[in-house]
Amino acid sequence: MMINSALPPGLILILGSLFLPALIGNARKTLMLLLPVLTMYMIWAVPDGVQLSVHFLDYTLEPLQGDKLSRLFATIFTLMAFVGGIFALNQKSDIELMSAYAYAGGAVGVAMAGDLLTVFVFWEFMAVASTLVIWSARTKESYAASMRYIIVHLFGGVILMIGIIGQVYASGSIEFGAMKADSWWTWLILAGFLINAGAPPFSAWLPDAYPSASWSGSVFLSAFTTKTAVYVLIRSFPGETVLIYVGLYMVFYGIIYALLENDMRRILAYSIINQVGFMVTGIGIGTEMALNGAAAHAFAHIIYKALLLMSAGAVIHAINKHKCTDLGGLYKAMPLTMICGTIGALAISGFPLTSGFTTKTMIAGAAADQHLATVWFLLEAASAGVFLHAGIKFPWFVFFQRAPGYVEREFSAKPKDPPFNMKLAMVIFAVLCIGLGVYPEPLYALLPYTVDYVAYTGTHVVHMLELLLFAGFAFFVLLKMMKRTLTITLDFDWFYRKFFNLLHEEFVIKHGGAAFQAFKNSSQKRINAFIKHVFKHHGPEGVLARTWPTGSMVLWVAVLLGVYLLIYYV
Amino acid sequence: MSDKQDIHWLCRPETIKLLWIVGIIILVICVSLEFLIHPHPYFGVDGWFGFNAWFGFGSCAVMVIFAKVLGIFLKRKDTYYDD
Repeated sequence: MMINSALPPGLILILGSLFLPALIGNARKTLMLLLPVLTMYMIWAVPDGVQLSVHFLDYTLEPLQGDKLSRLFATIFTLMAFVGGIFALNQKSDIELMSAYAYAGGAVGVAMAGDLLTVFVFWEFMAVASTLVIWSARTKESYAASMRYIIVHLFGGVILMIGIIGQVYASGSIEFGAMKADSWWTWLILAGFLINAGAPPFSAWLPDAYPSASWSGSVFLSAFTTKTAVYVLIRSFPGETVLIYVGLYMVFYGIIYALLENDMRRILAYSIINQVGFMVTGIGIGTEMALNGAAAHAFAHIIYKALLLMSAGAVIHAINKHKCTDLGGLYKAMPLTMICGTIGALAISGFPLTSGFTTKTMIAGAAADQHLATVWFLLEAASAGVFLHAGIKFPWFVFFQRAPGYVEREFSAKPKDPPFNMKLAMVIFAVLCIGLGVYPEPLYALLPYTVDYVAYTGTHVVHMLELLLFAGFAFFVLLKMMKRTLTITLDFDWFYRKFFNLLHEEFVIKHGGAAFQAFKNSSQKRINAFIKHVFKHHGPEGVLARTWPTGSMVLWVAVLLGVYLLIYYV
Repeated sequence: MSDKQDIHWLCRPETIKLLWIVGIIILVICVSLEFLIHPHPYFGVDGWFGFNAWFGFGSCAVMVIFAKVLGIFLKRKDTYYDD
């Protein structure tokens, strides 16, 4: 039986999440599992087309519409909330759970929205909810990172809002559909979307903020913001050529920075930008096959990236260490975590029999079909690079690298596989990674266009194996050059974290010292004089604050009425 | 690692040597699989024998070296922003 409901499914997660902090124990756990199931049911009860329209000012809002693309993204966001919820069942911070679920609800809201205003409202809601997820790790770093994160996202939101206002002013409609970047407002909309995708120059927010969240928080964070950006780009800017260049830049930026990185979750964060770069390139190519590839890759990516961050989260949960220089040799103490992490790593690399192989290769295939030689060669090189920076580097430095017993000896830590629910969440996603790799047809059926692509041909498989195995060979040959150091790599965020501070110190505090002091003194004098003036008239003894006799009151009322009469007749 | 006998089997030098040999055999098998397939190259170069093998190895080497050079300029101690 289908219920034709007029309630946007995202609101179920958002409203339901508000009850999470009020519940404890099994009641909370039950609600955490129930909410995504209910949301999923509602998503699939939405038929094609606009289901709900609300008049607001002069416009018609369409908060709920359904089509294949919307359902695909809403489905994976809800699935992510469900399995992420299983992983986070024993997270003690109720604020984190509430914000993570509301965040997922915002993402579902964007995916099912039919107009620009609704998209914008859910978009900003996600920014706030995700900031709370980062914040609720309750460390000094996470607080600072969450503030930098929200500043970048509010800035992106303002750019997007100006763009939307321009679009509505020019076209008179708030419809959310395909557009072209041919006017300043559509460029601003595109820029607003791209900031959330982790595009340059504002890409540093992602590796800055995500790794500072808690062991479960970064699992949720990896899924929603960048992939809603991919969704809105597929819907609104398919075939926009500039996206090819932006995407390729992101692909290589992610690889190079991940190669230099020491923190295991930051490696994975850089590789999110790398993977979203593949999707953005696909959207830029813009053929049906490329868009299918971008959508399918987003679906598969959410699963294996969450799996990778779950295995990293399990390590942090067990020993609270996150730097490659502190890790290694965990394969013996945490075998299941190692196996699941490795499956995620193989999937992100696009190894045959994993979900990366059946989805990501569609994008490169589309580039070849369009005879985009440079794009194709760069995507091939990048596919090898993914195996290098994430596929081997992550499992190698976390689980191997050293003989077992290293962390036990160095930090007297006792690493072991995580509790049952966390293991279950990892196994579900690991099974899905392989399942979608072996039998991708159900996913293909969900894609926006008919799929005319066969992943498993002899040529594809042999070529991919060659590419990846030789990338792996390069990793071990060059292992000495990859030795991890206790360093970070400067990025664009240096400007707002260091450079502006230096400018302030140099010009305001050092050289501008005397002038600044004089300015401060004179303004202070002026403010004091103003307060004195106000006090004189309005203070307890002031003319305007004194109690007046009733007589004078009546007199003034009489005068007022007289004047009113006069004016009325004149 | 030291030459203690209680060393984990995966970390013994002879195992590592064996892993290298097995790995290289797998690489050779993988490239020779090209005799069994009939590729249809899009751009010419990608039809050369073992294209994906040397292209994969080469591009990875270039990326590692590029990262290394970039690191000379952009690497800082990980307490850089802590003040």
